[in-house]
Amino acid sequence: MNKKSFSNTKNQIPLLEVKNLSLLFPQYKEGLKESYIQVIRDFELTIYPGEIVAVVGSSGSGKSLLADSILGILPDNAEIMGRLLFNGEHLSTKRQQQLRGKSISLIPQSVKALDPLMKTSKQVQSVIPDKKAKKRIQEEAFIKLGLPPETGDKYPHELSGGMARRVLIATAMVSESELIIADEPTPGLDELTWEETLTNIKQLSKSNRGIMFITHDIHAALKIADKIAVFYAGETLEIANKEDFSGKGERLRHPYTKALWLALPENNFKPLKGNHPESDEVLIGCVFEKRCPIATEFCKTNKPKSAKINNGITRCFYA
Amino acid sequence: MLKVNNISFRYQSDRWLFHQIDLIINPKEVVGLYGQSGIGKTTFANIISGYLKPDKGSITVDGKVYSQNGRNPVQLIGQHPEKAINPRWKMRQVLEESGEYSDEFLEKLGISKEWMHRYPSQLSGGELQRFCLARAIAPKTKYLVADEMTTMLDAITQAQIWQTVLSLVEKQELGVLVISHELPLLKKICNRILNFEELAGNK
Repeated sequence: MNKKSFSNTKNQIPLLEVKNLSLLFPQYKEGLKESYIQVIRDFELTIYPGEIVAVVGSSGSGKSLLADSILGILPDNAEIMGRLLFNGEHLSTKRQQQLRGKSISLIPQSVKALDPLMKTSKQVQSVIPDKKAKKRIQEEAFIKLGLPPETGDKYPHELSGGMARRVLIATAMVSESELIIADEPTPGLDELTWEETLTNIKQLSKSNRGIMFITHDIHAALKIADKIAVFYAGETLEIANKEDFSGKGERLRHPYTKALWLALPENNFKPLKGNHPESDEVLIGCVFEKRCPIATEFCKTNKPKSAKINNGITRCFYA
Repeated sequence: MLKVNNISFRYQSDRWLFHQIDLIINPKEVVGLYGQSGIGKTTFANIISGYLKPDKGSITVDGKVYSQNGRNPVQLIGQHPEKAINPRWKMRQVLEESGEYSDEFLEKLGISKEWMHRYPSQLSGGELQRFCLARAIAPKTKYLVADEMTTMLDAITQAQIWQTVLSLVEKQELGVLVISHELPLLKKICNRILNFEELAGNK
């Protein structure tokens, strides 16, 4: 198992480093009154080569926008702040343009991202730079992913959901990308296809690639990720190691992560009261304060900074 | 009692998708259904809730075949709430279409009053799914078919929504058919769990 703790990766250069990332969108209310909604706040994340880092968050928490920020495919009106580093170098808009689809690639959420009018083999070959070897490389990737050779002659509508997903993964596999962002690749899959998809993503990390695995499925995250970043209201509330998710969640650092763990049906299925904050809500203190079982008056007006605790990172005054 | 009598369905004339299925769901009963993708679970859900007609067989509630007019006592909730709601309506209008709701009821479902003035695109999947649930669980609803209802949602939102449904099972004597790939969920909430392949094939 490729297990890395926070301490022994210190001397290596991270593949991707995100620091204090914030993302805002202008919004017009009552005519021309302009205000901003903040969808990502002070987000931080580090991914080393060969590592799978899961970003776990609820729907509407801004997870997919995180992928778009790194790829540089945000809408024009988005305002982005903070630092993005790729292999230690500043990831500017221009650099993002050069790297995306090459050094950084995306496994999209929907299998509808495949071109319906192109045979799958052609689609996969189109991202291979070595023109002479592209047929061989594509065929090898299909074998590795358990796709029968005749799949290459089929169009996307002739494939089942699971096979279409494998074609998407093949596209990432044959590319020369060092960083792969997988955006919710598993929902709605039956158990067999779910396991298969995860195994395939895990395989991608073996050739020293870094993977950012965006999901709302904790089970999926725990199955393949080395580290788990818990995303809530646009912030990283905790970065935990896989092993921390066990028992009653005693080893987890943030009350939200604990609640998430305990809400699983195989744990006590206990819901948390209240709702995720609205994107236009102004949050002065801790973003989780309203729903937090251990919050105090202090949390209402003060914002916790992230701190290292027990080989992980968390943002809570009482961790 | 919801009774599925010997129903069969096919999309192609030469092949049954499923053949002669029988199933009974009682009030206050939660029945789980799982099985591989593409074997007809969603089609089955659509038939039970009246969106598709079976080629053979019938569905009865308390002994009666329900009419296509008016509110169906069997209501369906699917995986994608954004596809079930008119994108041009504000949420207030979405709710008003299906009836009047007390503040107390909406609070129980975790629907915030501020959401009423928003359009569906301004709410998250979990928030929208609560509106779908409110629309489905009117007082006249006797059975709920939940087809991957919480698949797209995080664990906390999933637990919130199911705890609400389970309390209605008690209070409104609702019967529920839960279709899901998530076995731990089925084990937690169901009185009995069926494999769709066995249900469709043991004839």
